[in-house]
Amino acid sequence: MYDLIVIGGGPAGLAGACAAWEAGLRRILIVERDRELGGILNQCIHNGFGLHYFKEELTGPEYAGRFIEMLRDTGVEVRLDTMVLEVTDQRKVHMVGKDTGYRVEEAKSILLAMGCRERTRGAIAIPGTRPAGIFTAGAAQRYVNMEGWLPGKRVVILGSGDIGLIMARRMTLEGAKVLACVEVMPYSGGLNRNIVQCLHDYDIPLYLSHTVTDIRGVNRVEQVVVSQVDDRRQPIPGTEMVFDCDTLLLSVGLIPENELTRQAGIAIDPRTNGAVVWENMETSLPGVFASGNVAHVHDLVDFVTAESQRAGTAAARYVLEGEAAEGDALEIVNGDGVSYTVPQHVRPGRVEKACDLFFRVNRVCGPSRIKVTSGDKQIAAFSRDYLAPGEMEHILLPRKLLDGASETLCVSIEEVESE
Amino acid sequence: MYDVLIIGCGIVGAATAFELSKYQLKVGIVERENDVANGTTKANSAIIHAGYDPMPGSLMARLNVRGSALARELCAQLDVPYLPCGSLVLGFSTEDEVLLKELFRRGTQNGVPGLALLTGDEARALEPNLSPAVTAALHAPSAAICSPWEYCLALAETAVRNGAQLHLETAVTGLTPTADGWRVETSRGVLDARYVVNAAGLDAQAVHEMAAPSSFTIHPSRGEYFLLDKSEGDRVGRVIFQCPSRVGKGVLVAPTVHGNLIVGPNAEPVEGDDTATTAGGLAYVRQTALRSVPSVEFRASIRNFAGVRASTDREDFIIEEAAPHFLDLAGICSPGLSAAPAIGEYAVELLGQAGLALERKADFTASRKRVRFRELPPEEKARLVAEQPAYGRVICRCETVTEGEILDALSGPIPPRSVDGVKRRAGAGLGRCQGGFCGPRVLELLAREQGRSPGDIPQDKAGSWLLACETKGGHADV
Ligand SMILES: Cc1cc2nc3c(=O)[nH]c(=O)nc-3n(C[C@H](O)[C@H](O)[C@H](O)COP(=O)(O)OP(=O)(O)OC[C@H]3O[C@@H](n4cnc5c(N)ncnc54)[C@H](O)[C@@H]3O)c2cc1C
Ligand SMILES: Cc1cc2nc3c(=O)[nH]c(=O)nc-3n(C[C@H](O)[C@H](O)[C@H](O)COP(=O)(O)OP(=O)(O)OC[C@H]3O[C@@H](n4cnc5c(N)ncnc54)[C@H](O)[C@@H]3O)c2cc1C
Repeated sequence: MYDLIVIGGGPAGLAGACAAWEAGLRRILIVERDRELGGILNQCIHNGFGLHYFKEELTGPEYAGRFIEMLRDTGVEVRLDTMVLEVTDQRKVHMVGKDTGYRVEEAKSILLAMGCRERTRGAIAIPGTRPAGIFTAGAAQRYVNMEGWLPGKRVVILGSGDIGLIMARRMTLEGAKVLACVEVMPYSGGLNRNIVQCLHDYDIPLYLSHTVTDIRGVNRVEQVVVSQVDDRRQPIPGTEMVFDCDTLLLSVGLIPENELTRQAGIAIDPRTNGAVVWENMETSLPGVFASGNVAHVHDLVDFVTAESQRAGTAAARYVLEGEAAEGDALEIVNGDGVSYTVPQHVRPGRVEKACDLFFRVNRVCGPSRIKVTSGDKQIAAFSRDYLAPGEMEHILLPRKLLDGASETLCVSIEEVESE
Repeated sequence: MYDVLIIGCGIVGAATAFELSKYQLKVGIVERENDVANGTTKANSAIIHAGYDPMPGSLMARLNVRGSALARELCAQLDVPYLPCGSLVLGFSTEDEVLLKELFRRGTQNGVPGLALLTGDEARALEPNLSPAVTAALHAPSAAICSPWEYCLALAETAVRNGAQLHLETAVTGLTPTADGWRVETSRGVLDARYVVNAAGLDAQAVHEMAAPSSFTIHPSRGEYFLLDKSEGDRVGRVIFQCPSRVGKGVLVAPTVHGNLIVGPNAEPVEGDDTATTAGGLAYVRQTALRSVPSVEFRASIRNFAGVRASTDREDFIIEEAAPHFLDLAGICSPGLSAAPAIGEYAVELLGQAGLALERKADFTASRKRVRFRELPPEEKARLVAEQPAYGRVICRCETVTEGEILDALSGPIPPRSVDGVKRRAGAGLGRCQGGFCGPRVLELLAREQGRSPGDIPQDKAGSWLLACETKGGHADV
C-alpha cells in the first residue's frame, strides 16, 4: 500500500511528489509511461521556463532537471516505461511496463498528473485530401528536437498557440520556410512574447481571422488554401489564398488527458475538460487529486509547479490527518467574460491563508476590473491593463474575504474606461 | 505460370484468393499499392448488410444474404472484429412507411431472417436517442458491423499462408491473350496466368478494357464521413439508416467495432478515386444525421474520411467471364463488403465452369489469431507480459496497443510497409490522437525491425513521405 501514487512524471507529477514528501509522506510512487521523467518539457528545448519560479530563464529539460534533482534527495520511488491503464474508485491503480510487468497497486491517495494531448485535424474537421505532412505542432517538435528529423521544408501553421509559434521559429532555424501562421480568432492564442520572438523576428506573417479551408495533395501535402473568416468564424468566399507547401502544422488547442479520470467515475468539467476540483485540487473522489495540464491547460510551467505543490501537500494532509469535515462550500460561477475557473468550488474552512484562483477570459479586454461577487455583495476586485484568452489569469482570494461569502462566488470582467 | 492471377487486393480480391487457396492451385495476387485493403475497402461504412435492400433475384441480393451469413463464420474463424448489432431503417413520413414495407417485402423475399416493422415508439424503446420525429422503422437483427480492413487482411493473410503469392506495389498495365491464358504486364515485369480475375475496384473498367471490348462504365460516387470519439460510441447500439434512395443507402449513424461512432456517407459523383472531403459534403452529412439522432456530439469528431463507390451504368454487380479465361468482378459497390465471401465462392464456381480444375487441398489452414492486449483480463495481461515483456510496453496510448502486438504485425504473413500499415494490423493510431503520439514510436519500430531509415518509411501509400531530412544535428540551443 502506497501513501501516494502519482500518475505522470511531468512537471506536475514531479512537483506534487516532492511536496508530498516534504509534507511527510514516505511511500510515494511516480508512474511514468515514458523512458524518462520530465513530461512534455523534454521536447521543449527553447528557454523561457522558470521565470516565475526560479527567477531565471531555463530550457524545458533544465527546468525538469531541477525537479528530478530534488527528487533524488527523497525516497520517492519511480517506475519508468510503465503506463497506468486503470484507476478504480477504490484507489487501485493498474499499470503495465516492459520491465515492471502488469501490477495492481493500492494507494491511500492519488495524484492525477497525466498532462494533455493536442487537438488534431479531425477535431476541427478541415476538409480536403488526407496526405502525409499534417502534424500537430507537438509531434513535429518531438521529431525535430528528440528524433533529429525535420518533417518538412515549406510549412504553414494553423493556430497561434504557443507550441505552434515556437515551432515556427524552430523549423525556420532548421532551414525550413514557414510561409504563414493562420489563426481563426481575431487574436492570437499564444503568449505575446512568443508572437514577437517567434514570428515578428523572422518575418513570418500572422493572419488573424483566417483559417485553412482546403488541403490538397494526394500522398503528401502540396497546397493549403487559407480563407478569411467572418465574425461567426465562417469562411468568406473570394478571400482564398493558396500556399504551396509540403507541411501543415496544427496548433489548435490542447485537451487534458482524462480517460483514466472518466473511467474512475470522477466528475469532469466540460469547460476545462479536466476534473472538477476543490481549492486543494481534490477531485470529486476523496483522496484523488489532479493538477497541471490534466486539470486545465496551462501556458506556463511555473504555474503547473505551484498548483501541483498545493495538490501534493493536500494529498499528504489527506493521508496523515484523514478526511476533513465537509464544511460549507462555495460554488464558483463564471460571470461575464470568464470561460472557466479552477477550482470550480471552494471549502473556505480548508483555506489556510488564501485561495488561488485561476481562470481564462473568453475575449480580449483592455483595462479591466476582475470582480468577485457573492450574491449582491462584491468580495474583491483586481485591476488589469490587458486580458486575453491565451494568457491564464490568477488571483488570490484571502480567507477573510471568503468567510464573507455564501453559496456562490461569481468571477466576472468589467472593462473600464482608460484614464 | 499462375493458374489464377487476381488483379487487386481489396476485400473482393482477397475473398477470391482465400476461396481459391482452398484448392490445389497456384494463385497470385497483384496489387498496385504497398498494402492490401488500401482502396475502397478501407473507407466505407463497415456494415455487413442484412440484405433487404437489393432487388430480389439480383446477384446483389443473393450474394449479400449469402455473404453476410459467411461473414459471421469467417470473422470468428479468422479473428476479425465483428459485432452482430442489427440495424434499423427509420421512417419519418407516410411515404417512408410505404418504402419500409417495400423493404420488408424485398427482404423477406431475399431470405433475410428476423425482419420486423416497428412503430416509432418501439424503435425508440430499442434506441432511446432516436429522434422523436421517427414514425416507423424496419428492424433487421442480422445486420452486423466489422473492421473492413482487418477482414480483408485476414482473408489475404490466410490465402498467403495457404500458398497464394502476393505482389505488392505491382500495377497491371496490359493484358495479352496467349495460347493457354494471359500475359500480364505489370510495373514490375511480366507474369503469366491461365486465368485472370479482375477485382480492381474503381479501376475495374480500365482493367476490363485491357482484355475485352468496353461493356460498362464506372461512375465513381464519393461518400464522406465523420468518425467520432469513443465518448460518442454508445450514442446508438445499432446501425441507424434512413430510407435508401437510388444513389445510396443514405446517411447512417452506427457504432464501430472499435467502439467509436461513424456518421455518413453522402453520395457525390467524382472523377476517379478522389477521396477528398469537402465542407459542403460534411455539412450535409452532419445535418442529415442529426435528423435520425439529434444528440450526436460532432465536437467529438476525431477524423473525417471519404470512400469512393465503384457504381456503374448497370444496376447489379458485374460478375461474368468477359473474355475467355478472364473474369470480371466489377461494379462491386455497396453491399460489396457484405457480399465479398459469396462473391469469392461464386467466382470460383464460374472459374470451374470455365474449365479450371478444382481439387481441394488436404492441408488448408483456416484459422488466424492475434493478441489484442487491451481486451485481455488482468490475469491474462500479467501472464503475457511476464512471458513476453514486449507486451508490457504500450506504444499507442489511446488504443492501448503494445510493442508486442506491433512486432506480431511486423512478422505476419503480409508485413506492413508503412505507419498506416501498422495501424490497420495492430490498431496503433486509430484512436483519438490519430497517431500524433504513437506515430514517431511506430516509425522507430518499423525502422528498427525492417532495417530501414526512418526517412524512407511512408505514412501510407508510396510517396506519402513523413520526414524531409535529418536536422542540423545535436541539441540546437534555441
Ligand atoms: C507539445 C507541448 C509543448 C509545450 N510547450 C511549452 C512551452 O514552450 N513553454 C511552457 O511554459 N509550456 C509549454 N507547454 C505547456 C506544458 O504542458 C506545461 O508547462 C507542463 O509541461 C505541463 O505539465 P504536466 O506535468 O501537467 O504535463 P506533461 O508535461 O504533459 O506530463 C504528463 C506526464 O504524464 C505521463 N502520463 C500520461 N498518462 C500516463 C499514464 N496513463 N501512465 C503513466 N504516465 C502517464 C506523460 O508521459 C507525461 O510525462 C507545452 C505543452 C505541450 C503539450
Ligand atoms: C462510401 C461507401 C460506403 C460503403 N459502405 C458499405 C457497407 O457498409 N457495407 C458494404 O457491404 N459495402 C459498403 N461499401 C462497398 C464496399 O466498400 C465495396 O464494395 C468494397 O470495398 C469493394 O472492394 P473491392 O475489392 O472491389 O475494391 P477496392 O477495395 O477498391 O480494391 C481494389 C484494389 O485494386 C487495386 N488495383 C486497381 N487497379 C489495379 C491495377 N491496374 N493493378 C493492380 N492493382 C490494381 C487497387 O489498388 C485496390 O487495392 C461502401 C462503399 C463506399 C464507397
